Amino acid sequence: MRIVIVDEPGLRATILEDGLREAGYTDIDIVPPRGGFVARLERMAPDVVLIDLGNPSRDSLEEMLTVSRALARPIAMFVDQSDEAMIGAAIDAGVSAYVVDGLRKERVKPVVELAIRRFNAFAKLRTELDEARTELATRKTIDKAKGILMQTRGLSEPDAYALLRSTAMNQGRRLVEVADALITASALFAAPAGAAK
Amino acid sequence: MTPLSIAFLPLTDSAVLVAAREQGFAEAEGIDLRLLRDTSWATVRDRLVFGQVQAAQMLAPLAVAVSLGLSQHPAAIAAPFKLSTNGNALTLAADFAAALDPEMQNRIVDPVATAHDFAAAIGLHRRKPVIGIVHRFSSHALMLRYWLAYAGVDPDRDISLRVLPPSLMAEAMRAGEIDGFIAGEPWSSVAVADGLGEIVSVGANIWQRGVEKVVALREDWAEANPDTVDRLLRALSQAAAWCDTPENRPALADMLAAETYVGQPAGLILPALEGRLTLRRGTDPVAVPDFMLFHREATAFPWRSQAAWIYSQFVRWRMVEPSAAAEATAARVFRSDIYRRALAGTGATMPGASSKLEGALSAPLPVGAYSGEALTLGADRFFDGRVFDPAAIDAYLASFHG
Repeated sequence: MRIVIVDEPGLRATILEDGLREAGYTDIDIVPPRGGFVARLERMAPDVVLIDLGNPSRDSLEEMLTVSRALARPIAMFVDQSDEAMIGAAIDAGVSAYVVDGLRKERVKPVVELAIRRFNAFAKLRTELDEARTELATRKTIDKAKGILMQTRGLSEPDAYALLRSTAMNQGRRLVEVADALITASALFAAPAGAAK
Repeated sequence: MTPLSIAFLPLTDSAVLVAAREQGFAEAEGIDLRLLRDTSWATVRDRLVFGQVQAAQMLAPLAVAVSLGLSQHPAAIAAPFKLSTNGNALTLAADFAAALDPEMQNRIVDPVATAHDFAAAIGLHRRKPVIGIVHRFSSHALMLRYWLAYAGVDPDRDISLRVLPPSLMAEAMRAGEIDGFIAGEPWSSVAVADGLGEIVSVGANIWQRGVEKVVALREDWAEANPDTVDRLLRALSQAAAWCDTPENRPALADMLAAETYVGQPAGLILPALEGRLTLRRGTDPVAVPDFMLFHREATAFPWRSQAAWIYSQFVRWRMVEPSAAAEATAARVFRSDIYRRALAGTGATMPGASSKLEGALSAPLPVGAYSGEALTLGADRFFDGRVFDPAAIDAYLASFHG
């Protein structure tokens, strides 16, 4: 079974491809949706095309699938319409699957289900990455504010942190907001570079 | 509040949906309207068909095609409200447009001459011209086909039609992938502002009152939720009236410019609303009256004859096997009955009939209306003067082979 993933090269395409290979599929290509990708795809004559539901190139892809004379058999989205639960899960996960006509549904189903799981895993991973990034930025801001307090008021690191925390609690604000405000204020008070002379 | 999600594309003719939310018309009807922006029509269609949204902005021909099972998963679609009339433009790269009348305004006002010039330019171009269309089942693609065929061009043989989402047209022009495109605004104005092309024709001069976008609902959902549908239509009708009021146009352009809606400068959105288009970068804008309509002349009313016209074009271009059943299915997509039910007693203009001759009016005509303000229909001619009679589709189609 020849499977083509239409996606930009990157994490999502890679985790999908890896998953398919682990499941024993070997004939897999990743085609970036740019320029003349539709003609390339047509030459590959895939049995299954997997593409992000929101991909802007889906109209171009569907047009090729409609008018192609090169493809031996027509390809349509979710050919087996009887499995509504699977289609619903696919749409929610953002997966659209185009499947060649005549491919038995027992053969297609595991591919689509795997794509759904991998798309969901990717979405979760991205959320975690975003959270980790925010966390890191927060810590940097607080460290910087602590440094300012230590330098300007001669406080120890634990005291600088305690002062930030008590200020935040008294004002009902988040620690990072207070730290941010301190950094901004300190930049305003600082003499411009070279002005000291 | 009833939550209701509508999928849409970044286009100026999403105006009525955006205004319904931003100006509070939806809220006043107890609807918590959520607008979900997509990039491709396939995604909008799938969100509607598979139930991720309750409604969608949709190309009128695509709504018919989905009901006929011509575009992936078949589903019965109900289109009880039209969001706009016309609003499209054909933009060509300067080298291809060089074969047309050098006086740019002449190209716009004389679609007959421009069609012939376009036909002559095909052979002079360095390759078979590649023209971008937004979808095989788009109003603009049907109008382009209609217009070029008049001049003897076979759109399936003499040019290459390349499908691209409207928001990617300008980039495709820049990359030299296409020689021109026909799409809804603001995408022609964006291409002109970037010096990538010239507007050479507008939908309004091919068919003066061309059917464009509709609100599409799944028929089963619409039947199960008549009260929600009625409130939605009342909100949209008020929003459409607001959008078509000239004083509101600058505010509407600002609203649409937001990154979450069209995401282009208000200065590139306003021209289409005002009907004053810049045809080539650095030239003065020219007046294109009735370039796009939202409300006046009962724009929103889904004339069944217009769905039948769409079906006739599908048959003409061999997109569907002709049959009485297909014809009936197509005409039923436009639900004038739901429009009447929802807007009865609101003061909205209510035409007396639900079907009419298309293209028969060469001057505005006062017609029968049950209620609301008196209805005057604008001139609605096709540029070639043909009249579409929904009761005689075969004769109409035969006339193209004359």
